[in-house]
Amino acid sequence: MAERRIRRARDPLGLKRALSDKLLPGLVAAMALLAALALAGSRGAEALKNRWQHGAAAAVTVQLPPEQSGRMDEALALMRARPEVAVAEPVSPDRMRELLRPWLGEVPALPLPSVLELRLKNINLDPAPVQRALSEAIPGAEVEAHGIWVARLAALARSVQGVALAVLALVIGVAVAVVAVATRAGVASRRQAIEILHDLGATQSDIAGRFARRIGLLAAGGALAGAAIAVPALAALSGLAAPLSGGVVQPWSALPWLDLALLPPVAGLIGWATAQFSVRRWLRRLP
Amino acid sequence: MVRFTEVGLRYPSPDGGLGPEALSDLSFTLPDGSFTWLLGASGAGKSSLLRLMHLAQLPTRGKLEVLGQQVRADRRAALPALRRQIGVVFQDFRLLPYLSAFDNVALPLRLAGRSEGSLRPDVTEMLRWVGLQGREMSLPQQLSGGEQQRVAIARAVVTRPALLVADEPTGNLDSHQARRLLALLTQMNRLGTTVVVATHSEDLVAQFPSASLRLEAGRVVHHG
Repeated sequence: MAERRIRRARDPLGLKRALSDKLLPGLVAAMALLAALALAGSRGAEALKNRWQHGAAAAVTVQLPPEQSGRMDEALALMRARPEVAVAEPVSPDRMRELLRPWLGEVPALPLPSVLELRLKNINLDPAPVQRALSEAIPGAEVEAHGIWVARLAALARSVQGVALAVLALVIGVAVAVVAVATRAGVASRRQAIEILHDLGATQSDIAGRFARRIGLLAAGGALAGAAIAVPALAALSGLAAPLSGGVVQPWSALPWLDLALLPPVAGLIGWATAQFSVRRWLRRLP
Repeated sequence: MVRFTEVGLRYPSPDGGLGPEALSDLSFTLPDGSFTWLLGASGAGKSSLLRLMHLAQLPTRGKLEVLGQQVRADRRAALPALRRQIGVVFQDFRLLPYLSAFDNVALPLRLAGRSEGSLRPDVTEMLRWVGLQGREMSLPQQLSGGEQQRVAIARAVVTRPALLVADEPTGNLDSHQARRLLALLTQMNRLGTTVVVATHSEDLVAQFPSASLRLEAGRVVHHG
């Protein structure tokens, strides 16, 4: 009883009843979930783009025909001497088996081709001169460049990242609007109490601060719930996307934990700042 | 001291502009420590004048000085501190319905930053003084109209204000309580508080004779 009285006394505007602890946190939780998905989408697209650009983008695969497989060292030396080539390395049989495993399974008896992996100095370099030089030296050698496809995939990944960031900006905008509407509703329902406190000498920062603390707390709580809901959803998506990022399934470690951890304080800050602005703007009509 | 110089007040009109003058050309001075009756028929502008005095409204023209400070719209940041030196008894009590009598009375002290420990004796004494001992934990809706008015009075005087304005403070009190309240106000006045009381009751004025300010149609027609 005494504790209840003290709680009410510390809340002279009656904001605990005026600002529902269900509706606003529920809306913020939904938006935090969307924000988490957008952030994860943006991070994932960026990671894929980087992987493709720094990994496969500049990569050119050279395959020697079976009858020329003994000329691997000669092909390596030739490629390393080319000015366009940054790195030239043979692909080991173990790596080759690993690359083929998703498609062919375990086939230990399968004869493997001799393959070199080149990395060009620039993604935009034309691999045709390399192809010609290699064909002249080692007849039947084939060069396969992935640059154009990887460039297109990277552009797609950039677009996905852009869309994800646009969704994130939209979610933040909607969150600000929702908090502003909730604040106005709270101000409208506590108009008389605000005027009483104002007439008794409360400052604008005191009144706005009471609203801002309450709304910031509700927004942070909602965002915490949204982030918690996002964790299993993102883990499942991460598992689905694992083949695209090299086939290693580590859903929990791949989650954007820092972004998820930042959601509640950022949502709280957005709620606090929006409430401060909305209430102070309303208070300007009082003398 | 409260000084009005050529003060006029207009309220906003529904079309967004300003309505006609509710108060016009008010010029008078209430010295520190004075006790003034504010008289006039309903609609004469008594409540508007009191709203100007306790800074719930700013004049639309003229100069207003309250407790030695010029009241100006461009110095709003200074007004809350000034308001905390003014006690107000509202005609409609304006108690917060979800706070107990104790917490309603304690509100001005809490807004002024007083610690919980130090405000309890003052609030308890004030409630005892207005005859509400034992009703500290009652909510306003659990109190009669007269009891609510006494809570409002206790809230107005608990900070020992330099200026006390009261709008029909005896409207819901029986004659015994009304005399008791006036005794409190005159006691506070003797201790240095400037008191302004708006009333319809000529009987009350006769029992506690003092300076008066009479309004008619928003203008001062008598001061003395």
